[in-house]
Order: sequence, then C-alpha cells, then structure tokens
Amino acid sequence: MAVDTPVRERTVDEYKSDEKPTWCPGCGDFGVLNAVYRAMRLKNFAPHEVVAVSGIGCSSRIPYFISTYGFHGIHGRTMPIATGVRVARPELKTLVFGGDGDAFAIGAGHFVHAMRRNLDLTYVVMDNAIYGLTKGQTSPTSGAGFSTLSTPQGNPEQALNPMMLAISCGATFVARGFSAEPQKLADLIVRGIEHKGFSFIDVYSPCPTFNKVNTFKSYKESVAELPGDHNATDTIQAMNYANSDRPLYLGVFLQREAPTFEQHVLQQQSGDEGARQTVLQGLFNRFS
Amino acid sequence: MVQVADVASRAREGTEVNPSERGSLAIRVAGEAGEGIKKPGELLIQAATRAGFQVLTDFIPPSEIKGGVSFFQLRLGSRPLFTRGDSPDVLFCFNQEAYEVNIQELEPGGLLIYDPGAVIPSDRDKGQFQLLAFPVEQIAAKDLKMPIVKNVVALGGMAALFGLETSHLYQLINELWARKGDAVVQTNYRALEAGIKFMEDNFSADVRARFVLQPAKTETESMVVSGNQATALGAIAAGCTFFAGYPITPASDIMEFLAAVLPSVGGAVIQAEDEISAINMIIGAGYAGKRAMTSTSGPGLSLMVEAMGLATMAEIPVVIVDAQRAGPSTGMPTRHEQGDLFLCAYGGHGEVPRIILAATSVEDCFYLTVEAFNLAEKYQSPVLLMTDTVVAVRTEGIAKPDLSKIRLEHRVTWEPDPDGSQTKGASDSGSNGAVQGTDNTVAGNNGVAGAKDAAIPFDESESGYRRYRLTEDGVSPMAIPGTPGGQYVAMGLEHNEKGRHRPDPRTHTQMTEKRFRKFDLAGKDAPDAVRYGKPDAPIGIVTWGSTAGVAIEAIDALAAEGIDACLVAPKMLLPLPDQQLGEFMRTKEHIVIPEVNYRGQFADILLAKYPRPAVRVNVYGGQPMLVSKLTETLRRVAAGEVTDGRTVISPIIGRLEDLVTPDDLLAPVEQR
Repeated sequence: MAVDTPVRERTVDEYKSDEKPTWCPGCGDFGVLNAVYRAMRLKNFAPHEVVAVSGIGCSSRIPYFISTYGFHGIHGRTMPIATGVRVARPELKTLVFGGDGDAFAIGAGHFVHAMRRNLDLTYVVMDNAIYGLTKGQTSPTSGAGFSTLSTPQGNPEQALNPMMLAISCGATFVARGFSAEPQKLADLIVRGIEHKGFSFIDVYSPCPTFNKVNTFKSYKESVAELPGDHNATDTIQAMNYANSDRPLYLGVFLQREAPTFEQHVLQQQSGDEGARQTVLQGLFNRFS
Repeated sequence: MVQVADVASRAREGTEVNPSERGSLAIRVAGEAGEGIKKPGELLIQAATRAGFQVLTDFIPPSEIKGGVSFFQLRLGSRPLFTRGDSPDVLFCFNQEAYEVNIQELEPGGLLIYDPGAVIPSDRDKGQFQLLAFPVEQIAAKDLKMPIVKNVVALGGMAALFGLETSHLYQLINELWARKGDAVVQTNYRALEAGIKFMEDNFSADVRARFVLQPAKTETESMVVSGNQATALGAIAAGCTFFAGYPITPASDIMEFLAAVLPSVGGAVIQAEDEISAINMIIGAGYAGKRAMTSTSGPGLSLMVEAMGLATMAEIPVVIVDAQRAGPSTGMPTRHEQGDLFLCAYGGHGEVPRIILAATSVEDCFYLTVEAFNLAEKYQSPVLLMTDTVVAVRTEGIAKPDLSKIRLEHRVTWEPDPDGSQTKGASDSGSNGAVQGTDNTVAGNNGVAGAKDAAIPFDESESGYRRYRLTEDGVSPMAIPGTPGGQYVAMGLEHNEKGRHRPDPRTHTQMTEKRFRKFDLAGKDAPDAVRYGKPDAPIGIVTWGSTAGVAIEAIDALAAEGIDACLVAPKMLLPLPDQQLGEFMRTKEHIVIPEVNYRGQFADILLAKYPRPAVRVNVYGGQPMLVSKLTETLRRVAAGEVTDGRTVISPIIGRLEDLVTPDDLLAPVEQR
C-alpha cells in the first residue's frame, strides 16, 4: 500500500551550490540564475532528481552554481548530451542552458533536430548577442553592422531570429523572457517545465562588458509583453509576433500539444532488460 | 548444348586445383547486384553450416567503375577458415559482364560455370579452365515455367557440386517459404531438384570428385552471422540499452540491427543528425547510467574525436565501434583498409589515453563488444572497438555463444551511507539482467579501487561526495543522477576531486596521472591474443584485425614447405599488452608486421615500444591482404633476403596483376 509522505517545502537556498558565480558584475545571467532558483523552488524539485546540462560559454557555467546534478559539456553539443540523458532517464527533470553562440552557431544543427524530436525538456538560452567568454566577437544574434573584435568594420551578416527558427522547427513551447524581470522569467520557466515537450525560452541577458549595443537600457526601451489576446496555439500569429523587431515581445509565443520523443521510445519498448537472454537465444536460433 | 569440361586443359599437371585434397573450396557467384545472388548464397551457407562445414563468405558490392556487377564469394571448409580465399576455385557467372570482370581472378585450372544463354566464354579460357555450361535461365523458364526460380536452380547445382547433404536445403526452403503457402515451397523444391539433377547428369561424379568436401563434424552448434551482426549481438549480450548512430558504410547495419532489437530489451536507438550528435548522445546516456554505444566508420570517427576527449575527461563509460573502410576523406566506402589506428590512438587534442580493442574475426566482434563494455564500465572511460570492412561485412559460421559464460562488469557506483552524507565506494551488483552479471571486481570484491585514497591527500577541506576522487587505480565511484546526495557536475574542464574547475598545476598534474593510471591498468585486462604456429618458430608475425587470418593461412602454407612461422595478434592494441608481446618481440629472430595500410601504423606503435629490426609488410589497394603475397614475403624473410624495413606487396593476383601492376611493386621499396 502506498503511503503518502508529506512533501517538505524546500527553500531557494537549497538550490544553490557552494560555488559562487564567476560572471562579471552586472551580467544578465545573474537574473537568469535567480529565476532558475525561483522556478525550481516553485516546482519544489528534489535537487538530485534534476539534471542541468549546458554547453560552453559564460552562461554555460550555470550548472556549477546549482545544487542539482549537472553536465558541463563541450561547445554546441548541449542538445545531444541532453537527449542522451532524457532518453536514458525520462523520470529525471532536465533543464538545459547555453548562450546564443552555443545554441545558434556551433550547436544550430543539434538545436533544429532536438526541436523536431520534441524532447521533453526546457532549454533556456541566455542571449546576449555577443561572444563574452572569448572577449567580444560577433554572434548569430548580433545585428547587422554591429562592430566587434571579429567584425571591426561592422557585422556583414543579419541576425538570426531564434523565435522564428524555433517555431518553424517544431518546438512545442516557444517563449521569450528578459533577465531584468526574473520573477516573470521564473514564471516562464515554470510554464516551460510544466509543458510536455520541447520548451524553448530565449532570454535577453545583456553582457555589460562586451556588448554596448544590446544593453539593459536598450532592451527596456524595446520590449513589450505579448498582447493578452494572443492565441498561443496559433502558429501564424506566433510567427507574426516573433517577426516584430519593435517592440520585441516577451511571453509565450507558442504552445501546442504533441507526443514527445520519450513517449515514442516508451511505446516501442516491448520488453525490459529481463528479456535479454530470451531475445538473444531467439536471434541465435534465427541464424543457425 | 552442354559443354562439359575441356578436360585437355587439365593436362597442365600440378597446376590443377584440388579443393577436396586441400580441404577448402572457394566459390564466387557473380551476377546482378543485390538480393538476386545474395539470398541463395545465404541459404547455401546456412545449409552447409548445418551440415557441419566451416563457412566464410564475402559480399562485394558493385564496383563504381564497372557498373552493376556484384559478387558473392563463399568459402567452404573441412577445417577452420580465416580468409575468403585469394582466388575462387569455382566461378559461377550469370551474365557477360560478371564473367569478364571476374574471370581474371579464377584459379588456373579452376571451374567456370556459366549460363550459356547469357555468357559466351572466350576461346582462351577453354585452355585454361574447366568449363561447364549450366542453363539455369532455360531450366527455370522452359522446364519449370518459373523464370524467377533460376537462383534456386543454381543453388541446387552448387550444392550438388561439392556434395552437400541436400536435405538441409529442403528444410531451409521450407522454413523460409512455408508461410507463403505450400505451392511456393513445392515450386522451390522442384527448382532445387532440377539444379541438383542437372549437375549430377552433366558433371559426372569422377570429374566432380576434386570439388567434393567432407564436412568437419563438430559438437558445437553454429550460427552464421556477419561481423556487424556479431557486434550488435555482442552489444545486446553486454547489456547495452542505448545506441545512437548515423548511417555510414560499412557500419550502418549495426544500427539497423539494434534498432530492430533493442526496444525488446527496454533499450532505445536514435538515428542522430550527425556523428557528433551520436557520440554526445551516448555520453549523455552513459552519464545517466546506461551502457551506451555508437558505431561508425572513418569519416564519422573523425567527427567524434572531440567528444571522445570529453568522455575521457568526464570519465564516462561509452563504447565506440569503428568499422574501418579505405580513406582518407570519403575514400572508398566499400573497400577495406586498416588506416584508422592513428586516429583511434591519437586523434583529438590534449593527452587522451585510449583503450583500443581490435577484432580479428567475426567471433571476436561478438566477444570483444562485450569486453569493450566491460572495460568501459570498469575504467569509466570510452573504449574503441576497431573492426574493418573484411570482418564487418563477411559472414562466418561461429559457435553459438554460451550466455552463461558471459560475465558483465559494472562501474563502481557511489551510494550515500544510510546514516549521513559520508561517501563510500560501492559496486553495482547489477545482475538484474538475464545474462549473468557479477559484482564489480574492482571495488566490490578485492577492494583495490573505490574507497582507497591515493597517497597524496587532496582538497581535504572539501566535504561531501567527490566524483573525481584520487584513488590508487584512478577509478572513482560514480554517482548516477537520481542518487540523493551524489550531485556533481560532469565536465570537460580540468577539475578537482569534487568536480570544480581548478586550472592550477597540482590539479592538472594529479588528474592527468589519474587518467593514465586507469589506462595503464587496463592493459592487464587485455583479452587473450590470437596465437598460431609453432611457438619456437624463428619468424614471428605480429598483426591486428582481420589480417591475423591472412597470417594464419600463410603460416599453414609455409608449414607445408617446411618453413616455421608463428603469430601473435593482440586483441587489445592500446595499451599494448606487454605480457602478450614483450617476450615475443624481444626473442624472435625475425619480426614481420603485415598491415593493410601504407605507413605501418601498428608497426610504428609496436616498434616505438620494442625497437628492433622488423619487416613491415604493407598493401593498400582497398582489398584484403592476399595469403599468397604474404607467404611469398615470408619465404624471402626465411631465406634471409629481407630482414628489416618496409616491403610493399601487390594487392591483386594472377593474370589481373600481370595486366596492371608495375613490375617494381613486388620489390622492397624502402630498406631502413
């Protein structure tokens, strides 16, 4: 007989590790980290049941500052590592973190396919439109003309629109937040976690050290909440809001239901590890 | 219309092949590409295996230059077989192009069987080979009114040729087609009978005698599988429940096989978007506690090297199978080469110790896959299993594995003490699977690893679980996500015992040593090497992978001439198992290192550790090394003509060689 044990309410501090963040003062990622602590507190997660996966970049250091299990992988391969964790252990909560370079440049190929698979995880991208860890080169979300160390005469490429990319690749939850609003961001992360499927949250998380264009000030002037009557199940409407560059909308652009990859895997499993010997003997006989 | 044998040609005394006497017969069937020739070939092999023959086959896909001709070479033996045979004793051609492409390789004095409706042999051949016109097309279409069964007619003829007890074929046809109804079975029976009858009526028993083989009676039950199938079966037996891969020749069928089977043992297979993704997926799954694997070939492995470094750094057990093909770059996807050893050994930045196994046979593919998983788990490290096109693609009759003898090694895991947060080493008894598991022998039984600290105390100020704890053997208990109190960050950054990035000199020194301690220890777990020949023979051959089989057959050929040579082919290439190689390398009068590559990659590794004069034998035509060419070289070694340096041998044989090979190809091109 199952016994209901009362679940203990955890404190925000229980989600903090003993490692102190190494980010520059004023970094947007502090706001994201606070929102993550808050979201985990709101979900009352047991830290050992959560895996935080990240790639490489300033923001990808985040697993060190969280008291859960973590995987600080290699540049751009965040999604494949998270995929392995998800399929291996679907009962664990998987939160995935990275920056715009990790997600949309070196990791773009994996990002696309992970969304196509509709893995049940939450991907928070800390988007500062610059490479911070390598001290200031242009990123896929840097605007055209943006002058950086690697584009001294101005960025000749146009910025990638992560929201439109995610919507078109089949992500089933697409949202945008702002690190200056950690409380709202925490709510978005909670909604992403509660969503069954791939939840993508792009977060404006300014780099005060290397990006003097995309700043807290510039974002504050250009962001706006999605209108209250926005129908998040309407892909075309979501695309239209995603396409707007002024204002830059915040909130849940898209949310729709679809079977997850993990559900497909589970459905296909006709036996468990106990069947190994029988299955093998059957195969041996087939070949003799 | 039947032309039996230009027997006059056999007057060339001494050149006529006698497979019956030799105890092995190689038949090449060449014709349309694809299943047309493959299916009857498979039936023949399976029937021959049931009858007690040793079998070994090779399927060669169409050549890109010559168009649609593919061939299937089947070798039958009264004794164990180790290669597909240099050249066929019997060539069976279904069309003119197949005849023209393959006739050059037929053994002089061999038998050419052809369909006279489709092939016109040249007059020249009549003097050189025995010819038999076998009108399979006509028998099928006119006599049986079923053109589609011509392959089964051919099958009957081939079976009758070497004296196969045909009841096995009837039985197999029944097994294969029973579900399609009795009419189908009966039609195929009639086709089979027609083929057998034709051979018996038109190719008399005394002429056939030299092709008749006696089956080797063995007690063990055999099964016929390809190397790739054996690898996939080995993965299942090893408890693999997660596989991710990307299609690539010649490794794809490992993924396809597992995709069909792993879900039935609670596992999952993912076709990734590229090989980088595939290996990172298995790293994620390995971290999460699964026994995970990927398989690929050269181009895919090139993409995986960065992540292999991650698995080494983060200490995550994963298995990577490299079914080598001919490179570089896209190279020759369907051709054979042993060119990836340097990539496996040294590919990747930084100092990454690599555990590498290499399969010498189809049977090895099964057992070494199990071994690769056990080593990966025991040393919490990526393990590479190298196969090559020859063993990956060919099929062999091998003894059915005895699952009760398979031992599974499990990683040392970390569990919290019931009374608090103290850490301790623990072994995962893990015998929940049907294949018998054993307790981990590292910490569970003899206590070498796990709880014991290394001599140098480290970071004593840090409390709690230490994922990368410095231990005597370098192995640290691993917390599996979900275990309360074991939270840590797996990482590619250099780290201290707790898994925190610390780029200081002491940390990097100690952690580098930890990684190499594990590597050095792994050498003690090397699976037994292949040994062959008289152990005290003056000529010692050291090789790896499928070339070991070539060496075995060369040793046999030389023994008949009174020349003694012996072989050691390690199945672990790195770390080099000194207990298997050291004495051999130091004491042999001659050392010969044959490899299917240009540089002698294994020779470089071997001779760096055991510097001495040695003869490297290299061939790099995209084909397996020929037994006759290696034998020729060994003969020259025995005569004292070659004692050191590099000898390049021809990749081709017979008349073909005379046509296209530069004369100097047979000469040693470089003496050191």
